[in-house]
Amino acid sequence: MNSNMKPRRPLREKHYWEDWTGRIYTSICVVFLIVVMFSIVYFVASKGLTTFFRDGVSLREFIFGRTWNPSAEPSAYGALPFITGSFTTTLLAALIASPLSLCAALFMTEIVPGKGKKILQPAIELLSGIPSVVYGFIGLSVIVPLMRTLFGGAGVGIAAGCLVLAVMILPTVTSIMADALSALPKGLRESSYALGATRWQTIYRVIIPTVLPALLTGVVLGMARAFGEALAVQMVIGNAPHVPTSLLESASTLTSVITLSMGNTTMGSVHNNALWSMALVLLVMTFVFVILVRLLERRNRV
Amino acid sequence: MKAKTVDKIATYVIVVLALFIVALLLGLLGFILARGIGHIDWNFLTSAPQMLKGGGGIGPQLFNSIFLLVLTLIITIPLGWGGGIYMAEYAKPGRITSFIRLVVEVLSSFPSIVIGLFGLLLIVNTFGLGFSLISGAMALAIFNLPLMVRTTEQAFRAVPKEQKEAGLALGLSKWKIITSILLPVALPSLITGTILASGRIFGEAAALMFTAGMSSPPLDFTDWNPTSPRSPLNPFRPAETLAVHIWKVNSEGIGPDSKEVAAGASAVLVILVLAFNLSARWIGRVVYRRMTASK
Repeated sequence: MNSNMKPRRPLREKHYWEDWTGRIYTSICVVFLIVVMFSIVYFVASKGLTTFFRDGVSLREFIFGRTWNPSAEPSAYGALPFITGSFTTTLLAALIASPLSLCAALFMTEIVPGKGKKILQPAIELLSGIPSVVYGFIGLSVIVPLMRTLFGGAGVGIAAGCLVLAVMILPTVTSIMADALSALPKGLRESSYALGATRWQTIYRVIIPTVLPALLTGVVLGMARAFGEALAVQMVIGNAPHVPTSLLESASTLTSVITLSMGNTTMGSVHNNALWSMALVLLVMTFVFVILVRLLERRNRV
Repeated sequence: MKAKTVDKIATYVIVVLALFIVALLLGLLGFILARGIGHIDWNFLTSAPQMLKGGGGIGPQLFNSIFLLVLTLIITIPLGWGGGIYMAEYAKPGRITSFIRLVVEVLSSFPSIVIGLFGLLLIVNTFGLGFSLISGAMALAIFNLPLMVRTTEQAFRAVPKEQKEAGLALGLSKWKIITSILLPVALPSLITGTILASGRIFGEAAALMFTAGMSSPPLDFTDWNPTSPRSPLNPFRPAETLAVHIWKVNSEGIGPDSKEVAAGASAVLVILVLAFNLSARWIGRVVYRRMTASK
């Protein structure tokens, strides 16, 4: 009898150690994630804020200054051209991509559910798999020459940039919208049809208002992606450091300037620090997008 | 009557725009392949690039991309799977868990260029690893981890509850249940998720420009000693990947055939990414069949 009881203690001890290794190991992984996120914020912020606190560039000049000329005497660090460039391309890309994505999502879920999904789903997945440099290459060899022949000029500029971005964010926006639409309870649609509404009336009056926050979440996430995209935009936008006055004019975004100049400046110089401030702007915008998504999700839940 | 006309018009518009997206994809793929595939041959895939004269290939870049992918996976898989397991099995709903979720969400929405810059500051300069494969792999791991954690969590949550209960009934410890019951069941989706993430790693360039560097030293493919500076296996040498190479050739390529090199390299990259996506599905299915009794 007693010998039967014996193995229990070691077993419990074994369980104890096994559970602790598992718990500690997985906790370490999670703590690592948290540490990484905070160190990204800390390092980028401390570098980006040096421009204002140590180098004496005023925040006002950085955000609203129209001239960017780090090599001149006296040098000017106005980042407004890049900030406007980033916002314009992002907004325009979202304006182009959102209606297209909405149509694609409606096609998959409302018009030909089943079959439509079979055609579009792989297309969307493949589009999202194409690397951004390849989009840049396509933009450079198709869109830029097309712009040149259609509107004259160099072809590079905001217009080419936002077209490339629009195609890039199309899959993100579409898949989130399609998920939202297919998660709708079926009864909603059926009761609308039962009242004699046509399909478009159902979509327009019932479905879209119901899932609007989720649709907007898709748009915001697409914009977040467009705002942070670097290489594809850099390749087609022309990279001229002034506030653009027309869509066909060459311009720059925050990401394109960082991409081009970071390697050519020495660490610790004012020019270099100003680039870090731009990275800080990107970081802050990421938080803005995350907060927007969270707010929209909360509205969606009610 | 009018409502019906509107309905018809709306339907047409939606169908036309949806088909436009399919056409766009076919056009893009067709364009990349048509432009690039004629340029791909064995010589192009294996020879070193030429900056000034024509006839350069993408051999080292292709090798770097694959090697970097392997290094990144070595870092990401244990961390990402571990984090996902924590979220699925240990995390209790509450403040801390929702905070971790927020961290994962923020981390996954950081622009890749910001992660590249962070890598430049911390890994390349502060840790003193320089422009190297290992720095690149670390930056890519940061870029990739949130996605990995999320797919792992989903994979573990998708395991039927009965499996876990059966393990508890057998008197196994929680960790034993996770590693020997839940992990094998979740493995197909874990592998699919990991390969899909690999496709993303493969095409990533912005995070690598400042960490793995934009140049490749001349490599000696007969030297397999990982510590020698010319060895392709040395993880502390700078390495330009395929995606970075495409960017560089497009923006500052001065060779007479830089357009063709860019086209060929783009085609190779797209074909590889497509292969990743297709094989993810295929391998997932095969492993699923192996692991379970289903046909």
